[in-house]
Amino acid sequence: MTTGITRRAALLAAGFGGVILPETLSAQTMPKPTEMKVGITTFLSGPASVFGVPGQRAAQWLFEEVNREGGIGGVPVRPIFVDEGPGTEHLVGEFRRLVQSEGVHVMFASISSGSCLACTPLSDELRKTTILWDCGTQRTFEEGNHPFAFRTQGYGTPELMAPLLYLLKHKPDFRSIAVINQDYAWGRDSWELWKTAMDTLKPGVRVVAEMFPRFNSTDFSTEITRLLALRPDVVLSTSWGGELTTLIRQATERRLFERSLFVMPVAEPSMPALGRAMPVGHIIGSRGDHWINHPAPRDRALFDRFIEGYRSRFNEYPIYPVHHMAQAVWALRAAYAKAIETKGGAWPNDQEVGAAFRGLTFPTPTASITLRSDGQGLEEQIVGLSSFGERYPYAVPERMMRYDPVAISAPVGQKSVDWMKTLTPGMENRVGTSI
Amino acid sequence: MRRAEPWLALAGALALVAVAWAAPWLRFILTLALAKGIAVLGILLLLRAGQVSFGHAMYAAVGAYVVAFAAPSMGDVLVLLPMAMLTAGAIGLVIGLFITRYREIFFSMLNLALSMVLYSLLEKFYAITKGSDGIRVAPLSIAGMPMDGPMAGWVMFGTALTVAACFWWVARQYLISPMGEALAAIKTRETRLEFLGVSARGVLLVAYVLSAIMAGAAGAIIAMTSRHVTPLLAYWTSSGELVFIAILGGAGGVLGPFLGAVTYELIRVYAAAAFADIWQMALGLALLAVILFAPGGVWGVIAGLLRRARAT
Repeated sequence: MTTGITRRAALLAAGFGGVILPETLSAQTMPKPTEMKVGITTFLSGPASVFGVPGQRAAQWLFEEVNREGGIGGVPVRPIFVDEGPGTEHLVGEFRRLVQSEGVHVMFASISSGSCLACTPLSDELRKTTILWDCGTQRTFEEGNHPFAFRTQGYGTPELMAPLLYLLKHKPDFRSIAVINQDYAWGRDSWELWKTAMDTLKPGVRVVAEMFPRFNSTDFSTEITRLLALRPDVVLSTSWGGELTTLIRQATERRLFERSLFVMPVAEPSMPALGRAMPVGHIIGSRGDHWINHPAPRDRALFDRFIEGYRSRFNEYPIYPVHHMAQAVWALRAAYAKAIETKGGAWPNDQEVGAAFRGLTFPTPTASITLRSDGQGLEEQIVGLSSFGERYPYAVPERMMRYDPVAISAPVGQKSVDWMKTLTPGMENRVGTSI
Repeated sequence: MRRAEPWLALAGALALVAVAWAAPWLRFILTLALAKGIAVLGILLLLRAGQVSFGHAMYAAVGAYVVAFAAPSMGDVLVLLPMAMLTAGAIGLVIGLFITRYREIFFSMLNLALSMVLYSLLEKFYAITKGSDGIRVAPLSIAGMPMDGPMAGWVMFGTALTVAACFWWVARQYLISPMGEALAAIKTRETRLEFLGVSARGVLLVAYVLSAIMAGAAGAIIAMTSRHVTPLLAYWTSSGELVFIAILGGAGGVLGPFLGAVTYELIRVYAAAAFADIWQMALGLALLAVILFAPGGVWGVIAGLLRRARAT
């Protein structure tokens, strides 16, 4: 380690910056690039890599497919990945590097809500189209206006409203509930949203326990003991990943699942790991409508090809981050097609791409997604009861209900919590169709 | 050596400005590097006394959260920075009063424990701190003028450079003062210091508070630059990062922390760019290389080169 390296690195960097920058920062009439770069932030290390790595695989695979079909607007795409694991400050630096030095054309930002909250203001500052490809916090678009950021999937509010409405329909007589969520922002936020909506739609439910075990816990024995003693009718857990898998295993061993009905809005990614160990008859969600056994996808052949394509390539079933990444890729393709068409075949600049995203409707294999005027995507939600079939080696939902996203999302410009207070009881009978 | 140091510092500062001017994205990285250098400078003072703090990120987090909480009501850099330093210094004084009774592993571990307490508080008091998602820092101004866009980047870079220069000078003067020289005595033999009639605890307390102030300033600059604070700033890995930088830069000279911080950030950013999956390994290898081949750190290598140049 000598400063020789530092200086050399610095000089190299200076050289790079000098060569690449003017091209990316200027630009009203943009020449068609020879390559389109997409910067993607995803977890490659840490516990959330259970989502991040499938997301990365999906991006590599789908961009290869896109390139085989001639790229986007005739330009081949190259994804550049950045690890979200080391934290916000590192991520913010990497975001700047990708935009200002690497000259990426579009950013796909973040699984973690904290990362998204840090990246969206950057998209405003750097005026760079940013697709929020997986994070779900309602705070992003409710606490500020972000002209260059778009979320190509649903978000926390509909992802909790759907299981709540399902619960109200499936077990309307429940009188007590307990919550066991991870002690971090999503765990706390999701409980606040759930409780607000529940208190409006079914006032008088007794909350017998609010438990927030440490993030990344591996032992839930005390929580399970308490739940066994309290006997709540319903147990809500918005935990995910390895933690949810562990919780389900430990709770099954002590027969908690036989006493209480569980509601798990983020259950889907844990199902393959649990296999046949998952108890049946509990409410499971998947942050969207992309269940592997979707009974009525919009394009059955496309859906099967997508599932089989991922499975045969990576030897695992696709979970929701794979679908969310795919939605981001398809939205990108659709937006560029729209922008190029509007411009009469010429290559669009950042503003024109941004304009194309606003109000964009793009098809997915299961349905279609529309981006609202605030940038939030409207994605259908499907919730059901865990069950086993012949076809898959793990639990999939049955007696599914599909929810129209418009009905279960806070309207543009309203905060979710305020909107939830305006709901009226009986909503579970008005919203949602059985499929 | 001492005479060459200011010139080296000046050359280094000019080089940083040149790089920041040529590559705007590096300006952000370098601002963070300078901020971390300031925090590591505080660690270096304690290292002179033979004490390693595994919890100094706590004071950086204090500085950062002071900025995050105060920014909406008084978002001026010139107000926030002293406020963060004072708060961190005050907390450092309270903690220092009892923590300076301990030495070595006990000193390290107590610092670590307290920083983890702060981390948990920041994460648990969700209603106030917004938990692990953290707080977005409100738009800032400097001397009454609002900052935005590329100008903000330059202002923060300039602020970091100025604060770093001030602390570099303070640390330099402090280390040649009797109080500073007494730090080395704590490392070699504390009893002798007491025989001389000097309170070892007092000596260590002054260094501790000074280091807390430095870390507070660093945290404030980090918060104002990245515009987002999370409890991760107080996590033990952040403290470990500071100690890592101290070793990388070398504890021999006051410039070491800044050399270490710039090297660290550049290695990290280039490693992350080159191998997104295994960038941690690149950092680990760099540290191993330093331990094996350059125990004096980056500063040790430069000092050695200078000595050789003078000898010939």
